[in-house]
Amino acid sequence: MSAPTRAPDEALGTRYEMVVGLEVHVQLRTRTKAFCSCSAAYGAPPNANTCPVCLALPGTLPVLNHQAVLLAVRAARSLGCTVHPISVFARKNYFYPDLPKGYQISQYDQPLATGGCIVIGERADETPISVRITRVHMEEDAGKSIHDRYRGMTAIDLNRAGVPLIEVVSEPDMRSAVEAGAYLRVLRQLLEYADVSDVSMEEGSLRVDANISIRERGETRLGTKTEVKNMNSFTGVERALEAEFRRQSALLERGQAVVQQTLLWDAARGDVRPSRTKEGSHDYRYFPEPDLPPLVLTAEWIAHQEKSLPELPAGKRQRFASTYQLSAYDIELLTASPRLADYFESVASAHGDAKAAANWVMGEVLKEVKSLGIGIREFRIRPQDLARLLDLVRDDLVSHSAAKRIFAIMSRTGDRPEQVAEREGLLQVGDRDQLARWVDEVLAENPTEAARFRAGETKLLGVLVGLVMKRSRGSADPRRVNQLLSERSGA
Amino acid sequence: MAVHREDVVHIASLARLALPEDQIPQLVAQLNGILGHMDVLSAVKTEGVSLAAGVGDAPCPLRDDGGLPLPLLRSRDEFAPRMQDGFFLVPRLDTHGDPEEA
Amino acid sequence: MSVEREVGRAFARMDAVGAGADHLNIVLWSDRERTLKLLRDETPGRALDPAGPLASAAIAVKDNIATLDLPTTCGSRILEGYVSPYEATAVRRLREAGAVVIAKTNCDEFGMGSSTEHSAYGPARNPLDTTRVPGGSSGGSAAVVAAGIARAALGSETGGSVRQPASFCGVVGVKPTYGRVSRYGLVAFASSLDQIGVFGASVADAAGVLEVIAGADPLDSTAAENQVPRYRDSAPQGGSASQPLAGMVVGKPAEYFPPALDRRIRARCDAALDRFRALGAEVRDISLAHTDLAIPVYYIIAPAEASSNLARFDGVRYGLRLEGDGLRAMYEATRTRGFGAEVTRRILLGTYVLSAGYYDAYYRKAQAVRTLIAQDFRTAFASGVDVIFTPTAPTTAFELGAKTSDPYAMYLNDIFTATANLAGVPAMSLPIGRVDGLPVGGQIIAPHFEEDVMFRAAFALERSLGEEAHR
Ligand SMILES: [Mg+2]
Ligand SMILES: [Zn+2]
Repeated sequence: MSAPTRAPDEALGTRYEMVVGLEVHVQLRTRTKAFCSCSAAYGAPPNANTCPVCLALPGTLPVLNHQAVLLAVRAARSLGCTVHPISVFARKNYFYPDLPKGYQISQYDQPLATGGCIVIGERADETPISVRITRVHMEEDAGKSIHDRYRGMTAIDLNRAGVPLIEVVSEPDMRSAVEAGAYLRVLRQLLEYADVSDVSMEEGSLRVDANISIRERGETRLGTKTEVKNMNSFTGVERALEAEFRRQSALLERGQAVVQQTLLWDAARGDVRPSRTKEGSHDYRYFPEPDLPPLVLTAEWIAHQEKSLPELPAGKRQRFASTYQLSAYDIELLTASPRLADYFESVASAHGDAKAAANWVMGEVLKEVKSLGIGIREFRIRPQDLARLLDLVRDDLVSHSAAKRIFAIMSRTGDRPEQVAEREGLLQVGDRDQLARWVDEVLAENPTEAARFRAGETKLLGVLVGLVMKRSRGSADPRRVNQLLSERSGA
Repeated sequence: MAVHREDVVHIASLARLALPEDQIPQLVAQLNGILGHMDVLSAVKTEGVSLAAGVGDAPCPLRDDGGLPLPLLRSRDEFAPRMQDGFFLVPRLDTHGDPEEA
Repeated sequence: MSVEREVGRAFARMDAVGAGADHLNIVLWSDRERTLKLLRDETPGRALDPAGPLASAAIAVKDNIATLDLPTTCGSRILEGYVSPYEATAVRRLREAGAVVIAKTNCDEFGMGSSTEHSAYGPARNPLDTTRVPGGSSGGSAAVVAAGIARAALGSETGGSVRQPASFCGVVGVKPTYGRVSRYGLVAFASSLDQIGVFGASVADAAGVLEVIAGADPLDSTAAENQVPRYRDSAPQGGSASQPLAGMVVGKPAEYFPPALDRRIRARCDAALDRFRALGAEVRDISLAHTDLAIPVYYIIAPAEASSNLARFDGVRYGLRLEGDGLRAMYEATRTRGFGAEVTRRILLGTYVLSAGYYDAYYRKAQAVRTLIAQDFRTAFASGVDVIFTPTAPTTAFELGAKTSDPYAMYLNDIFTATANLAGVPAMSLPIGRVDGLPVGGQIIAPHFEEDVMFRAAFALERSLGEEAHR
């Protein structure tokens, strides 16, 4: 074999490319479960949110949640999918103790929506990199199995059983772990904008399984794929794909074949390992769910959902560019999440100067939110108050440095900027008589410097301004002090 | 399409039924007998015939996202075979994390 | 209190006929003291309505319908001792109408059978001839009405499980249109075929119960919104009209009167058809061409759905649990011990026809042929036929053990009834006479949601036959 001079990984990367498709399960933000009126909220005592239906007691039947359909349709449209007027629920049959009915109500050969596409970035030549969405279908979540709590036993909590999900299945259009990561970030952003889910991998409202195969560069046929599960962050997905790429490449390099199987990502070891599953035994025996007639959606209803869809990232970026004349970089940052974008817009419209608003939001606000480890929603400074603070700066009522101190206090207390400035004595004194008094006192207390200054030694201006500022305890408007001193110079 | 011994063993495994060895030959014969009667269907022309998905043609009704959960008039531990701290307990799975197979 | 007298009378009759396990074995669960105590229960939502349409009626309920105060075991070991923590919609409506549930009745396990011999709690016997079966799967409910314990009972149908035992026991049995009665609380056998049905000592008894339990239910997505007529109003008014069925067309499908049909059963049916003519109806020969495919279609679709519906019996949340070495062993021990031979056979059959590689040849094909069977009915009714008349079953009640060795021979007993389940149309059986002292049932089938038309024909025939229906 050739290319022995390169480092092994790099050589493999040159020789092979990975082909990745992702299956993403997203929990829809509803009050109640998909098929019963139990609360879908997280954090209740074990099995507290269960009823005859989601316990699968004999004789019970599912009734579909309207809001789940609505959110699923919104999600599908935000991913550019065609929503079908008729879709059919199906049973996916398998035994597992956290699957109460012994089947999952899902959709199979007639899913809610198909044929979407999202742009995840651009190539060096500025052509867009897009990933096709095969399908978006509705299904219900399973419960939770806890394996490490009781000796020799698995504990089952069915609070999550029956919570509505969508499964978003992509085509195998990604060619690197980086592209997979980009896809997930764009997908998460779109769904966050569409306002259908909390999209948090940490809290389990977004879960990712990856299908990966490799092939020699230039080859068009697909290789044998494996499925990688058990990632709990986007970085985890990227690392798992890299690890599986290395494993598959090494196999091919040794002349061995990739075996179709399910692998589990072990974040601690940074490696994938086969799940101890007996392969070939999956036979889900899908058939149409007889307890639910086909889901029929009229064209008008679908169109109405699309109209009520919130502004999506691409639209918002375009509007920001034309309304606020911000740089592409600023816009990217400000539209990262819909809530941040809303925050910025509120500040900008209340204050008037979008550029100043953008600088503060991207600078102080993001820094503060990050250091507090909170979301913009939990941030204590209301956009109107930040706008008032910027007004004070613009009107020279507070200095830029004082504004930063006021900002820090506002973030702690939630107080209004005028209150803080007043309380802390940070309002700038612009009163000419008061300023003149301080200037004259400083000149009188420093006769030598005063004389040299009057004689034309202008480089002493800075020192004298500093002394006046000190006397005013920082409250003097430095530009006016400057002006008064200059009037008194010999020049 | 004849059913063989290994088919019966496979579907019994899918259905989580442990068939006693001595019953398998009889079940193979019975299933073949029953399925033999089904073969008449293959001769029926059904091209273009819609599939009966349910019987009525009313669409799926939708309920509001709210309301109270349906009550349980007996507590869970009255009907559960084994419960502790509010959890249903089952023998520990050999594999963790993969939801298809125990 | 008349309700207490009525309930007391029902329990006395149970004892008198030997309804329990030691004789007829038609009642699985009943509790005289508890039932009488509940009559005085003043709890809101539990109190009986003394002015309800079914006030003081003692009613028996098949053991696969969820009730709060008696066990719901579906005739299965896997639910032994299980008492439902919620109540079926149909049972709630009975109670709200003033009726009292006095017993849970024996049935084939999960409704899988045509003789009530496949019950984990032993076979039931026909009160008219204790060497014979009451039919099934709702044999216990049919027998309770036949034995005079209750004037009405709830059963359930998937392929004829109300009409066939009604025929065998000489009572009225009604299977409403699919979606007419909520299935919430009916333990599922085959969801696209299952429907709660009603037994009555007379057509009026059955009609009166059906109009109480029928109607839309927010807990069943397949329950229909259609208005529920007062079915008892289908009875001929005034009583003197000589031709109450004038203008009605009764279809006689050739496929239900094959050359091999027992000639005495045929004679009874012909006599009933003569009655229809005498009542003013026209009897018209029709064809339901795909009838002979009903049993193969039924025995693919029903077991397929059953194999999925019975997956929930896994020993985790309720019911029987046998421990084993690990999870799979627990599942297998529980289910193998919990299910009887017929249920096991059908789970295997259903799993097979749904499994990879066989789905298209069996399940998909069966669904397509099911459509053809339903179209046969639509075509017949569209041609001007109002109701269809056939024998309910090819035989009268057979002896215990006669058909248990050959599953398919038992399945063929559903040959005249499974079509209505596959097509979703309403159908009922009423007594039209006896052969060797054993009851023969005549079946009336009507278009979707036209139970009122079906009852009109039934009321008129019942009145016309009079005592002849039981001779
Ligand atoms: Mg899924
Ligand atoms: Zn629930």
